[in-house]
Amino acid sequence: MQENDINVKTENEREIEISVKDLSVCFLSHGNKLHVIRNVSLDIYKGETIAIVGESGSGKSVFTKTFTGMLESNGYISSGTIMFQNEDLAKLKTSKDWLHIRGKKIATIFQDPMTSLNPLLRIGSQIIEVLRLHRGMNKEEAEKEAIELLRRVRIPEPEKRIHDFPFMYSGGMRQRVVIAIALACNPDVLICDEPTTALDVTVQTQILELIKDLQKEYNFTTIFITHDLGVVAGIADRVAVMYGGQIVEYGSVEDIFYRPAHPYTWALLSSLPQLADDGEALSYIHGNPPSFNEEIVGDAFAPRNKYALKIDYIQEPPMFKISDSHYAKTWLLDKRAPKVEPPKIVQNLSKKLNSMVIDNKKVGDNSD
Amino acid sequence: MIKHDEVLNENIDNKKTVEFNVNIPIDNLKKDNQKSSEEHDIIPMSKNSDKKVLVAFRDVKIGFYNHNQLAVIVPKLNLDIYEGEVLGLVGESGSGKTTIGRALLRIIPTQGGTIYYRNKRISGKLPHGEKRELKKKIQMIFQDPSACLNDRSNVDYIISEGLRAFHLYENEQDRLHKVSNSIAEVGLRPEHLSRFPHEFSGGQRQRIGIARSVIMNPELIVADEPISALDVSIRAQVLNLIRKFQQEKKMTFLFIAHDLSVVKYISDRIAVIYHGKIVELASAKRLFEKPLHPYTKALLTAVPIPDPRLEKNKKIEIYDGSCHDYSVDKPEFVEIEENHFVLANKKELEEYRKLL
Repeated sequence: MQENDINVKTENEREIEISVKDLSVCFLSHGNKLHVIRNVSLDIYKGETIAIVGESGSGKSVFTKTFTGMLESNGYISSGTIMFQNEDLAKLKTSKDWLHIRGKKIATIFQDPMTSLNPLLRIGSQIIEVLRLHRGMNKEEAEKEAIELLRRVRIPEPEKRIHDFPFMYSGGMRQRVVIAIALACNPDVLICDEPTTALDVTVQTQILELIKDLQKEYNFTTIFITHDLGVVAGIADRVAVMYGGQIVEYGSVEDIFYRPAHPYTWALLSSLPQLADDGEALSYIHGNPPSFNEEIVGDAFAPRNKYALKIDYIQEPPMFKISDSHYAKTWLLDKRAPKVEPPKIVQNLSKKLNSMVIDNKKVGDNSD
Repeated sequence: MIKHDEVLNENIDNKKTVEFNVNIPIDNLKKDNQKSSEEHDIIPMSKNSDKKVLVAFRDVKIGFYNHNQLAVIVPKLNLDIYEGEVLGLVGESGSGKTTIGRALLRIIPTQGGTIYYRNKRISGKLPHGEKRELKKKIQMIFQDPSACLNDRSNVDYIISEGLRAFHLYENEQDRLHKVSNSIAEVGLRPEHLSRFPHEFSGGQRQRIGIARSVIMNPELIVADEPISALDVSIRAQVLNLIRKFQQEKKMTFLFIAHDLSVVKYISDRIAVIYHGKIVELASAKRLFEKPLHPYTKALLTAVPIPDPRLEKNKKIEIYDGSCHDYSVDKPEFVEIEENHFVLANKKELEEYRKLL
C-alpha cells in the first residue's frame, strides 16, 4: 500500500529531506589532491528508501559520510551544498557544530557491527550513553528506554541481555544492537552502510525485514549503501548508481531494473550469477575502476565500456532525462548517438527471473 | 642374484601389458611397489552413480579441544566428492563448512572416522612422504585475498613458492616460464610478477591466489568462500576462472560458500550443511527444483532476487530446528531418489516421497 502511495505522488509534490547540489569532495594524499566525489547532485525525499549502488572505490561511502561530517581528516568538501532542514551541512566544521545532527537527526549503521560497538562496555551502557546525551534522560529513564529499544529490534529477554557484552552476541544480534543505538534518538534519516555484507544470507533477510518494519514504525528516511543488487530490489524505492565519484544513473527501482539506460548499470546487472545460464560464462566488467590520481577526462566508465563512443573520451556527458523519475549520464541518450540495444540478459531480466520464482513458489507450496 | 632395478623394471613391464592403453605415470607404479599404505575398497554412497569417487568421508568426526573438553563441530560426516566435479558446500557461519575443508587439507585433525583420497586413507597418522605428496595434490584458495598473500614478497615469489618447495622445475628459465604461464592463465600480465600484493585490487589479488594453487597442477582445490570478499563485478571474473580450470584441467573443486545463488551457478552438486550435519545433497538443478529439507527451503527463499517486483512479494521462511521430532525416530541420511540425499527420519521420509 505504502509503495503505491509513493508512486502516485509526482516528484514535485514530494517533500525533500536532503538536497545535495554539485557536491565535490577532495582528499589530500601524499601531496596529491584526489577528486573523489565529482559534482554530485541528488534529492532525497522524505520517508523513502534510496539505495546507492556501486563497486568499491566508486565513492558511495564517502558521499554519505558528508551527511554526518565523518570524512577522514585528510578529506574536505571543496564545493557544493547539502541542504538538510534549512541548514547547509557542507558548512559545518567542528564536532560541536555537528552535535545536533550527527546521531541525533542523521544516524548511521556500519558494515561491521563488532567495530562499531565498544567491546569493553556493556550493551546497555552504550545505548544509555546516547539517550542521556541526546535526549537528556536520567539513568532510570534511559535504562527503561534502552530495554524498550532492544525489544523493538527483537532481541529476546532484553532485561537480561542489556547487561551482556558485545562479544556474547552473534553477528546478527550485534547488528540489531547497532540498529537500536541508531534509533535511540528517533532520527529523521538512517544511513545504512552495507549493514548486511558481513552477515549470513538467512540473517541478512531478518535484518532487512527489521529495517523495513522499523521504517514503517518510525517513518525515517533510509539511505542504503550496498553492492548487492538483490538486496536493492527488496528494500529500495529509488536507486542511484555511482561510478567514479559520480552518480551515473538514478531512478525508481523499477526504472533501474526493468529499463536501465547506462552501460555501467547494464554491466552490473549482467554480471549477476543468478542470471547466467548453465554452462555459460558470466559476463563481467573488464579493467579496473578509475584511479583518482589523475584528472578524469570525459566519461569515467568509457575505458571499460563496450558501447563507448568517441565523445566519451573527450567530454563528460550531461544528465539526460528519460522520464520524470529516471535520469542517466551517458552520451548514448543523446539524439545524435547511434541506437544501442542493451545486452540480451538485461532485456530478459524479468522473464529469466520469473522462471526462478516459479521454483520459489514451488518451495512455498511444499511447505503448505 | 637379481638386482633391485631389474625387479622394478619387470614390474613395470607387467603392468604395461595388463593395462595396455592406460598411460600410467612411473611415479604411481613406484608407489604401488612400496606398498606404503593400503588400498581400501570404498563403497560409493550413491549406488546410482558411475562416477569415480575422488574423496570419501566416512563417519568423520571433527572437533576442537577446549580445556581438555572435545567440542564436536562435525559429528558424523559421510560425503563423496567425484572426480572432476565442483561440489558446493553451503551453510551459515558456524555450520562447520570451513572445518570440513580444513580437515580434508589435514590442517585440523579428525577425531574419528576416515577420509579416503583415491581409496587411500589420508586422515590420521601418515608417513612423511605421503603427507608431502598430498600437499601437492590438494591446494586451497582462501577467502580474504589480502590476508592470504605475504605482503613482503613479490608476486613471482608467491606463485613459485610451491614449485620451489617441491622442486617442480628444471632450471630458472623453466620456473619463470611456468610462472608466467600461470599468471597469464588467470588474466594478469608478466610485468605484474615483480610487483607486491598491495599494488593490486581485490579481484587481482584473488587471481594471484588462484594462480598460486593452480601452478601446482593439483587434482583437488578447496575453495573457501573465494568470492565473498569481492565486488559484484569482480566475482564474475573469479567464478569464470574456477569454471575454466575445472573444464580445461579437469580439476575437482570443493567450493565452500554461504550464498546459494553463486553456488548454484558454479556447482554440479550442492551439499547443504546445518550445525555440522549435511541435511541435503543433490545436483544443483534438482536442489533448486525440489528442495525437501526445511532448512534448504529457508536458505533458498533467503537468497535475494535482483528483481523488485518478485523480491518485494517474496515469502520468507525461517527455519527452526525444533520442527523435527527426533526423540524416538532417529534421522538418517538417505538417498531418497537418484543422487538426492536428505537427512530425515522414517516419518519425514514418507512425507518427502509424496512431494517428489
